[in-house]
Amino acid sequence: MRLSARRVALFGGVYANHLALAATLEDAARAGVDEAVCLGDLGAFGPHPDRSCEIVRKAGIPVVQGNYDHSLGHDLPDCRCGYTDPRDNAFAMLSYRYTYQHTDRAHREWMRDLPAEIRIQMPGRDVLLCHGSPRRTNEFLWESACSDAFLAWLLDTCGAETLCVTHTGLPWSRELPGRRQVVNVGAIGRPANDGDPRVVYAILTADEEGGPPSVEWRRVDYEHRALAAEMRAEALPEEFVDTIETGWWTTCLEVLPMKERARGKY
Amino acid sequence: MAFEASRPRLLPHTDPVAAPVLAPGHLDALWFQVTGTLCNLRCAHCFLSCAPENEAFGLLSVEEIRPRLEESVPLGVREYYFTGGEPFLHPRIVEILSLALSYGPTTVLTNGTLLRPRHVEPLAAAAAASPWSLEFRLSLDGFDADSNDPLRGAGSFERAMDGFELLLRHGFLPIVTIVRTWDPDAEPAVYERFVAELAARGCTRPRIKTMPALRIGCEAERIGGYRDYERVTNEMLEEYDLDQLVCAHSRVVTDRGIWVCPILLDAPDGDLGDDLGEAAAAPYALAHGACHTCWMHGAICANPGAAAPEIGARAIEVAIGAIESTASAGGSA
Repeated sequence: MRLSARRVALFGGVYANHLALAATLEDAARAGVDEAVCLGDLGAFGPHPDRSCEIVRKAGIPVVQGNYDHSLGHDLPDCRCGYTDPRDNAFAMLSYRYTYQHTDRAHREWMRDLPAEIRIQMPGRDVLLCHGSPRRTNEFLWESACSDAFLAWLLDTCGAETLCVTHTGLPWSRELPGRRQVVNVGAIGRPANDGDPRVVYAILTADEEGGPPSVEWRRVDYEHRALAAEMRAEALPEEFVDTIETGWWTTCLEVLPMKERARGKY
Repeated sequence: MAFEASRPRLLPHTDPVAAPVLAPGHLDALWFQVTGTLCNLRCAHCFLSCAPENEAFGLLSVEEIRPRLEESVPLGVREYYFTGGEPFLHPRIVEILSLALSYGPTTVLTNGTLLRPRHVEPLAAAAAASPWSLEFRLSLDGFDADSNDPLRGAGSFERAMDGFELLLRHGFLPIVTIVRTWDPDAEPAVYERFVAELAARGCTRPRIKTMPALRIGCEAERIGGYRDYERVTNEMLEEYDLDQLVCAHSRVVTDRGIWVCPILLDAPDGDLGDDLGEAAAAPYALAHGACHTCWMHGAICANPGAAAPEIGARAIEVAIGAIESTASAGGSA
């Protein structure tokens, strides 16, 4: 899939947070974007996963396939995040089972055929959107675990000047030699593990001289208490609810590198 | 697809009993055998038989390490690992790790017993100044002296825990790595004991990586080596995620040249010459018993989060009952 835009909203990791999704799309519309694109993972952690699918499909939002979407679409037994820690793995399985059971078959079939990448032509440059990394949907690109040499190699190989990913749930961006950049747009389904219950997405605006698009981080305030109430009504684990209420991650922490882990509460 | 050329692949084979030959993918991880096979401990299960007098591989000098880091940049290496032996026997280890941190994410594998403030204080400063994580992986084999010291030596548990606490006090979050030497059924209970012990030492963010035993070196003498049938075959690699094999994306710098992986230092065919670029592309026959362990468990040398299994690859099913009981027992974070 190929789009063109001058100002684009990029968000990932919806995690069935349909209230944050609706608020994000409203915020992006107010900010005057030409396009909004989802970088994948519609389900996980949150309640009523069908609601998020309905919102993005009704709005005609292009969606990159995340590992969750891939697993649900192919009836796989787990999310393929690769947890080995027994506690993390147990919570990941609870989340995956709930999401699988509550995602309509028609949505799962739609997820199966989502593209692994989307390219956006911005003035003067190619922007590649994918979920984890351009070589692997479930590869984590953590800010503190990727050398510049590796990110430059990814850009060289995929032939884009700007690469945008999600999957880790933590936003960051880095400029690289040759006016290139890598942006992790974060996640709107759960907060960024910093004690702030608001969620994060990015708006990229083209540089008229063909340089790296500017990255504007948008914090979205949404009815997180209402989401927490829905999660409790669905008997989702209190650990997941806690993250929504407090902004601190409580599970799936094993894969965080030291710097990212040390910034969180758990 | 642009990345196809950088994926590991098997070379075509005609001899059905010959070992599969893997052409590696992109070099993600560059390892440094920074203190060779020299160690202050003499662990009963060490797959390299590291010991105070084992000089099979020696120390790497800063002058040997620096050009390898430089060479790794055009190769697009993602991260660096430093191992031995015991890295903190190296008189210039602080300088070496600080240098690596100016290139990318850096991990050091230690037994923790030699860690002192003169190491940890400057490393905490170097880590704070770097955009990249400095990971400490600290080896233990038991959650108390009674279970740890028979394998790692008298007094080693308390000395390692002193090192662990020193790291915590300087803001590090060490990953405790444990070789599985217990009955598989005991794993959940053993894991809980480790979490409790680390919590008692002030660790609220337990990071634990369990690893399979490698039945070579001392471990082969302790419990027996690999049987002839414990080998990787071409059939076993059908629908297998080749990225799970360490040699698919890693190489090791030693004082004797570039080696294929951090495990097979004693294998003569592990020597891939002195040119990092050529060694990174050199095919390797998966002919060893240890290759079977690597195949079975996957990503045994990588940090957690660095090597999730391929999304389309065959799943290893985990018992559903075990998962759910762990979740309900997990309690709050």
